Amino acid sequence: MEEKLTLFKNRKRFGIEKNIDLIFKNTTLTLSSLVGIVLFGIILVVFFQSFESFSRYGLKFLVTSEWNPVKDEYGAFTAIYGTLVTSLLSLLITIPLGVGTAIFITEDFVPKFVREIVGSFVELLAAIPSVVLGLWAIFVMEPFFREFFVFLHKFFGWIPLFSSEPAGRNSLLAIIILMVMLLPIVTSIARDSLNQVPKKLRNASYGIGASRWKTIFSVILPAALSGIMAGVLLALGRAMGETMAVTMIIGNSNAFSWSLLSPGYTISSMLANQFGEADGSQVSSLFYAAFVLMILSLVVNIFAQWLVKKFSLKY
Amino acid sequence: MIMNSLYYQKKLSRNVGDKFFTSLSVFCALIAILPLIFLVTYILIKGGAQITPELFTLEPNPPGDDLDAGGINPALIGTLVITTIASIISIPVGVGGGIYLAEYSNGGPFSKFIRFGVNVLAGVPSIIAGVFIYALIVSTKILFGSMYSGLAGGMALSILMLPTVIKTTDEGLKLVPNELRYASLGIGASMYTTILKITLPTAFRSIATGVVLGIARAAGETAPLIFTALFSYYYIVGFEDLFYEMGSLAVLIYNFALEPYDAQNKLAWAASFILVISILTVNIFSRILAAFTEKTKRV
Repeated sequence: MEEKLTLFKNRKRFGIEKNIDLIFKNTTLTLSSLVGIVLFGIILVVFFQSFESFSRYGLKFLVTSEWNPVKDEYGAFTAIYGTLVTSLLSLLITIPLGVGTAIFITEDFVPKFVREIVGSFVELLAAIPSVVLGLWAIFVMEPFFREFFVFLHKFFGWIPLFSSEPAGRNSLLAIIILMVMLLPIVTSIARDSLNQVPKKLRNASYGIGASRWKTIFSVILPAALSGIMAGVLLALGRAMGETMAVTMIIGNSNAFSWSLLSPGYTISSMLANQFGEADGSQVSSLFYAAFVLMILSLVVNIFAQWLVKKFSLKY
Repeated sequence: MIMNSLYYQKKLSRNVGDKFFTSLSVFCALIAILPLIFLVTYILIKGGAQITPELFTLEPNPPGDDLDAGGINPALIGTLVITTIASIISIPVGVGGGIYLAEYSNGGPFSKFIRFGVNVLAGVPSIIAGVFIYALIVSTKILFGSMYSGLAGGMALSILMLPTVIKTTDEGLKLVPNELRYASLGIGASMYTTILKITLPTAFRSIATGVVLGIARAAGETAPLIFTALFSYYYIVGFEDLFYEMGSLAVLIYNFALEPYDAQNKLAWAASFILVISILTVNIFSRILAAFTEKTKRV
């Protein structure tokens, strides 16, 4: 026995083969660490580029809404407010829609192939580039909603959110196009978490006489809640960073307004609009805005990942 | 009367409530698929009408009063070139990194950190990738003194593709049964032979599907390109064009949708038609392929 083990111990590969093995391992190790390097690189580069603006304006940048390259005054409040309002409001409407669709896909109201078609339609919607959605929003959606906005202003103008005359391109249109983009994300993640709920729970609930929707509301949705929450947060991250469709339809105005019917701004649309032709301290201020956007989406994303880990289903 | 409790009673509150919520859920699903139907119909009608042979061969004319908008040849070629550059960078890096995560790492802090980093990188807004490349490459003129270039655009897109590629490789390799690895190592193959000859080929189809979907998504990305690759009206003729501004379908749609001229708007619709049709084709095709693979596996 002893002899045999030493026999194995002494058997060696050829030097070259060993080296190749080692080189291969180290190459893959380097390549995987590139992800970390790129991530830190992005954070560091954007931070250092924004340093000039950061030291000049400090936190005042976040709460003032003057954006004047001539006077060298910069504040990104309008853009930050626009980013938060458009993403949160669109998410608020998308959550019930997306979860409702996910329930439709996972329950058996209709034959399986119909549900599969609906499911893949929703997922195909996610594959449409956002610039195409923007084009569609400009030429199809905006004329379609024009009358509705006039109506909204006429009868609900006393609410601050609808207090201004509807502009051709406005924040509300951006919210609607964001809904179209978020729907597939919320739906597919909600569907996955609903599918993961074990059948035993459903059977037990039916067994004690609960109706279908009593079961969904009291058993299945609570069991899938953490997954759905994580999906919602991921969608929020996407909404805050979404650029093209929003830039094309939001109107791009830095004048602050409570009304959703007037043109607005988001951080990403400000970047898309001004980065190409900016110079001097404006560039640094744009980097500052980019840094704010990055921190916002990082926080949301990391929180979503933590949520998944903490509350993932343990059945 | 007592018998009644055994029959389905329409007016019972629980049954009425169930009906109500069921129709609500059907309504949600209808609203969810409506945008795709509208969108695809509009693109087919508005874009499909613009498709002519000249579209694929001509340069776009600069916006102005002349009614003829020209074609989208430079943008079409540009999109192909930029996505190819992005793939050349991100596929080796992503597949290599995925191999490390799935085959070598043993759940230690390093691999945990990298997996976390992949998820975070996937959530970084696409415009931030453009901002990053702008600061790193465009404004420093590090690439042989050229500022805006197709190469820089490709690099920005590769940052967006990287997490997708690494994730699909990692997950594809994890699905390969361990018995295959044991068998290969057991007959004396080294680790890299096992990976290159056994595990990677086994997982090839799922990795390829994920990578192709990643490429399709990158082809439609606009935000990272608008201030890295910028836009160009001129034909791409040679290798050195990589170091100059380069057009792409996505940026063409963005620029021309905002023009006040009808001819340019039509060109934007035509470009959307080509972009959407190719992206949807790739998506549907890979979906069918994946379903097919699943069926054959069960047998």
